Amino acid sequence: MSILLNEESRIVIQGITGGEGSFHTRESLEFGSKVVAGVTPGKGGVDFDGLPVYNRVIDAVLKEGANASGIYVPASFAPDAILEALEAGIKLIVCMTEGIPALEMVKVKKALKGTGSYLIGPNCPGITTPGVGKIGFMPNFIHKKGNVGVISRSGTLTYEVINQLTLLEVGQSTSVGIGGDPIIGSTFLDILKLFADDPETNLVAIIGEIGGNAEEEAAEFVKEKMTKPVVGFIAGQTAPPGKRMGHAGAIISGGKGTAAEKMRTWEEAGIAVVENPADIGTKVVSILNG
Amino acid sequence: MKVHEYQAKKIFKEYGIPVPEGDVASTPEEVRDIAERIGKKIVVKAQIHAGGRGKGGGVKTADSPQDAKKVAEEILGMNLVTHQTGPEGKKVKKVLVEEALDIEKELYLGIAIDRSKDQEQPVIMASEAGGVEIEEVASKTPEKIIKVGANPIGSFSGFQGRKISYGLGLDKSVASKAGKIIENLYKIFMEKDASLVEINPLLLTKDGDLLALDAKVNFDDDGLYRHPEIRELRDLDEEEPLEVDAANADVNYIKLDGNVGCMVNGAGLAMATMDLIKLAGGEPANFLDVGGGASAERIEKAFRILTSDKDVQAILVNIFGGILRCDRVASGVIEAASKMNLTLPMVVRLQGTNVAEGRKLLEESPLKFEVAEGLFEAAEKVVALVKKVAKEG
Repeated sequence: MSILLNEESRIVIQGITGGEGSFHTRESLEFGSKVVAGVTPGKGGVDFDGLPVYNRVIDAVLKEGANASGIYVPASFAPDAILEALEAGIKLIVCMTEGIPALEMVKVKKALKGTGSYLIGPNCPGITTPGVGKIGFMPNFIHKKGNVGVISRSGTLTYEVINQLTLLEVGQSTSVGIGGDPIIGSTFLDILKLFADDPETNLVAIIGEIGGNAEEEAAEFVKEKMTKPVVGFIAGQTAPPGKRMGHAGAIISGGKGTAAEKMRTWEEAGIAVVENPADIGTKVVSILNG
Repeated sequence: MKVHEYQAKKIFKEYGIPVPEGDVASTPEEVRDIAERIGKKIVVKAQIHAGGRGKGGGVKTADSPQDAKKVAEEILGMNLVTHQTGPEGKKVKKVLVEEALDIEKELYLGIAIDRSKDQEQPVIMASEAGGVEIEEVASKTPEKIIKVGANPIGSFSGFQGRKISYGLGLDKSVASKAGKIIENLYKIFMEKDASLVEINPLLLTKDGDLLALDAKVNFDDDGLYRHPEIRELRDLDEEEPLEVDAANADVNYIKLDGNVGCMVNGAGLAMATMDLIKLAGGEPANFLDVGGGASAERIEKAFRILTSDKDVQAILVNIFGGILRCDRVASGVIEAASKMNLTLPMVVRLQGTNVAEGRKLLEESPLKFEVAEGLFEAAEKVVALVKKVAKEG
């Protein structure tokens, strides 16, 4: 097994006929992902590279057995698209859309509670399980099948880390980009719990950044429950306070959420923190070789 | 996005939150006229997007319209320095003229989204210790802060207001006024996509009235698309000009104090690149995320912004090519650099899709780049270049 995205996953792409949706669906198919349908309201009945396109997510669920979704729709429609997937019973919803108002995500998060569904994102590069497939737009060539789990709030920095691992011949079980917004679906904590229970994952690399307290919440779990080694890096050691560093959630406010504070908390929890992002891969290797 | 106090108070008024009588002015004569209209002791408050205005000399009282004019002459046009403006300060272009009020007690009221896992929703905060920064209260006397979570699914319930107003120890008549203010403040937060609304202090007068003596409203940038009326309140004079140019070019740029300029794709990698420069012994001059597309045109714009900062002495380009191909980036960099006659020393580090083709293009170009392979190697090389420039003076 791996986490969230596995051999049983049947993917529907919401927004498949749009520019982003169509491009990344083709990339994803090339990677071997089992995409079974697309959804674009109003375009039901057309064919996308041999895949059926429906008006409603529920049709993709009933007719194609879809149980996972990738969302590429504009920010003003994305919260509705997430809720539609949720209501249709989709268990893994991955939303790449950037720019959703935080208050909309607060409402989505309330709706998610108790459903058992996982939302990854928004504003994220998605999830990849090498050998199985991907939902999202992490570049295909960086991955290698193996036993390191990766969780990150960023996009290209995640590719950098995965690539470092792959170049060192260290494969990944699943890589998850959880997104850079203040309110996101699955947090570090949610994904760490899954990796903790996944027999195919031996070590987890987590890439945090300034802002919020998701890193601190993850630290508590690592300290008390995690039996596998964890390697961590926090981006933004030189970020000034009060400025939004690209990601809506990457902001030091009221002196809280600094990299120094997060690094200290992680170290105290037993996470192997590297100060230099170029050292993440080698740190993982040195721990694996014990 | 931030707005001025006078703009925030206008929104407060629309939502029925009492504010002192007053108006905004940009000349001493206007200030005198407003003071005359108010007809009693007044306060003149500098309008800049930063806290600590009082301590910096940007808030003064006046007893007569003539006195008000004199005070306004001092404040308008001054370079106001506070702990939030940085040493360069902010030029005051507008002042708010308001009636001065008797203070019985100063309270604090604010709403923000709490990101912690037990909340993940707006949280209303109140404190009997108003007039000082809430962060200070939170760290020194956290027991003085009352917090009430507000689930945006469902409407505001009266008990939420009562929990706070009685928690603040207010008398019955004042408590009901406070409850109304809390409810209206929450309405602003929800209806305007705010990221922070704050009344500090919320003034309790000797007559038992509550008024917002100060007003702060920040808006969620991601919500602005559905609030044209809020977008109009933006004051570009309050923002770093280069950051405004960058935003117009769809580039994420933040100016810092160092001299190593950097251009990166992706926010996380851009932050990590700044960290790398620091680790290598240099100081980053900026945060710059060119975004996913990064066409030759976008790269040129990014270079122009980057090099408009006169402190920049060397440039580090750090690109991880995914969908974006390294050879495309390389030709973009070469094209932009030659078009702009860029003479600053530069290190380019490419990784990812078509990296070999990209590096070859750079090496064969007539322009001078140092090419780096490793992430840290790139930072060390650019820092060495800056030090060389400094030595050669």
